[in-house]
Amino acid sequence: MRHRSLVILTSVLTTGALTLTACGSRNDNKGGGSSGKTEVIIGVDAPLTGQNSATGLGIQGGVQVAVDDANKNNLVPGVTFKVQALDDKAIPASGQQNATQLVNNDKVLGVVGPLNSGVATQMQQVFATANLVEISPSNTAPELTQGKNWQTKKVRPFKTYFRTATTDALQGGFAADYAYNTLKKKNVFVVDDKQTYGAGLAKLFTAGFTKAGGKVAGTDHVNTGDTDFSALVTKIKNSKADLVYYGGQYDESEKLTKQLKDGGAKVPLFGGDGMFSDTYIQTAGKTAEGDLATSVGQPVDTLASAQDFIKKYKAAGLKGDYGTYGGYSYDAATAIIKAIGNVVKDGKIPSDARAQIVDQVGKTKFDGVAGPVAFDQYGDTTNKQLTVYQVTNGKWKAVKSGTFNG
Amino acid sequence: MHTLPQQLANGLFLGSMYGLIAIGYTMVYGIVQLINFAHGEIFMTGGFGALTVYLYVLPDGTSMWIALPAMLIGGGLVSVLIAVGAERFAYRPLRGAPRLAPLITAIGLSLALQQAVFNWYPDAKTDRNFPQLAFGPWHLGSISIQSGSVFVIIAAPLCMAALAFFVRLSRTGRAMQATAQDPDTAQLMGIDTNRIIVIAFAIGGFFAAVAAVAYGLRYGQIKYDMGFQMGLKAFTAAVLGGIGNIYGAMIGGLVLGLAETMATSYIDNIPGMQQLGGGGWSSVWAFVLLILVLLFRPQGLVGERVADRA
Repeated sequence: MRHRSLVILTSVLTTGALTLTACGSRNDNKGGGSSGKTEVIIGVDAPLTGQNSATGLGIQGGVQVAVDDANKNNLVPGVTFKVQALDDKAIPASGQQNATQLVNNDKVLGVVGPLNSGVATQMQQVFATANLVEISPSNTAPELTQGKNWQTKKVRPFKTYFRTATTDALQGGFAADYAYNTLKKKNVFVVDDKQTYGAGLAKLFTAGFTKAGGKVAGTDHVNTGDTDFSALVTKIKNSKADLVYYGGQYDESEKLTKQLKDGGAKVPLFGGDGMFSDTYIQTAGKTAEGDLATSVGQPVDTLASAQDFIKKYKAAGLKGDYGTYGGYSYDAATAIIKAIGNVVKDGKIPSDARAQIVDQVGKTKFDGVAGPVAFDQYGDTTNKQLTVYQVTNGKWKAVKSGTFNG
Repeated sequence: MHTLPQQLANGLFLGSMYGLIAIGYTMVYGIVQLINFAHGEIFMTGGFGALTVYLYVLPDGTSMWIALPAMLIGGGLVSVLIAVGAERFAYRPLRGAPRLAPLITAIGLSLALQQAVFNWYPDAKTDRNFPQLAFGPWHLGSISIQSGSVFVIIAAPLCMAALAFFVRLSRTGRAMQATAQDPDTAQLMGIDTNRIIVIAFAIGGFFAAVAAVAYGLRYGQIKYDMGFQMGLKAFTAAVLGGIGNIYGAMIGGLVLGLAETMATSYIDNIPGMQQLGGGGWSSVWAFVLLILVLLFRPQGLVGERVADRA
């Protein structure tokens, strides 16, 4: 009980402080607002420092480009968009704090993020209570849109949550299919990092791989932040596996693959989009050669629709890795901006704007940077494209793109 | 079980690194009864010091045989300066204060050092690649030893032997023993205890830098927050061996490294223990071991029972 009253006290204080600051800035606007436009904020929540920050900054950058475009083209007359990016450090509790902060700011009419599925689970309820739309460009855990029992009975838990990324349910199976049928691997060692994302991915890969006829040589788990995998490497080597599947992020897998190859186990590491990052190759160096990763969608570099986006991203000098989720973040932000355009007329924000925007986002339909953007009844993207990438000459190269429906 | 020799080797490499860092905790504790929680960060700055020497001081393409000693000196210098500086400006003013005050100072210092590297060292927000020794893995029966691990198995025993000789045989070493046993009497006998304390911090700092270079060579990267986990493990090693005892630190490190490796490799083979084994549980088993040791030998594996300590 003491804890709860502390939480209440903190939230009351935070709300109070935020309201005060909001008042302050509104007054400022009146004073200096020469354009006379209403300011609307698109919130971003992603890890901007520490673990996963390269990918996180790519999300921030993607949203920034979308907002710049909307402002330049006057997409919503009478409205100037601004980005407010908050750093969740890939920590669920920070994500929840950020969600509370965004919800309490009246000017925030939509949020793009977070990067990590584990962080998303802590943010969904906050947004749902406030009726604020949230679109993640990268969350791939199926239960976020289809409920805890998504394998048997799909129930959408939060109507304010959408995503432009497809789910692990497809990624794990797509990888298993590629490993067994294309790479002809028969004996796999499965490792995961015990997080929502990693463990889920590993489970689905295992299910797909054994269903296809492959064997599991062994399984193990690591902790996030671990650096020494020598004991695990010896185990893998001893298991005679011809492939290692890793469910988790690049922070651990880049070290695992290096120690694996240095330890004399010449088997490729296969992972999900969590390790599909340039940092992975930079850190693992030559030892990354031949490793594989699946990612959602198609590589933005190869898409004709994304060339303009990439040019703008680079021209703006934005940091981070736009390749993985930058395009999806652009599309997510654009979906929100378009929805706002249907709700906010002449710069006047109706009192139930947030609820109306949620409905409008559900009806989204346009051709985005990374393909057609539309959502199904669960809030999932209808663009179920996946790609397998392989490290070739120190670069991720797309080796197979396709759609997968489980 | 034919992976056992390799797993023992893995454990020894890891444990040697823990041991080297643990020396710093244990020496400082032995003399001033302070748990220097910033020691993990002193280890980290040593790594960045060595990297700085390689990247910015030496000309590009310097052979690792020349670079490595220079990196050790550079890293050592950074660690020693920070350790001694911390002693002089953070801990010495608090020497008479209640024990909690220097402890909190240590935690603050640890955060400050971490954030300083994070914010000001170029590209330190993610992993920085560490130069590698370019010779292949060696095979010794069924054990394969990577180039990065060779350094630690040579450096750790050398450092330990040097320290043991120094503490036992040199005048300063004996003065250290005297100060550890009874600082007041030692001072009355004409020992400059302030100087001894500075030397203890300096030796701990240098060993931490050696460990940091070993870490960089073994794992290929260093990171601003690497001191947290390594520091915690090394502190555990120091307590396990008997805090205040330099041999205990090394033994504690080795035992801890072996325990983690064994837990990763073999526990999940025991019937019924499948859920409790593997890499994800290695730290848990290491701490179970610590608790067991402390239950039966509160003074640690080789520590002496001292009534007024810990």
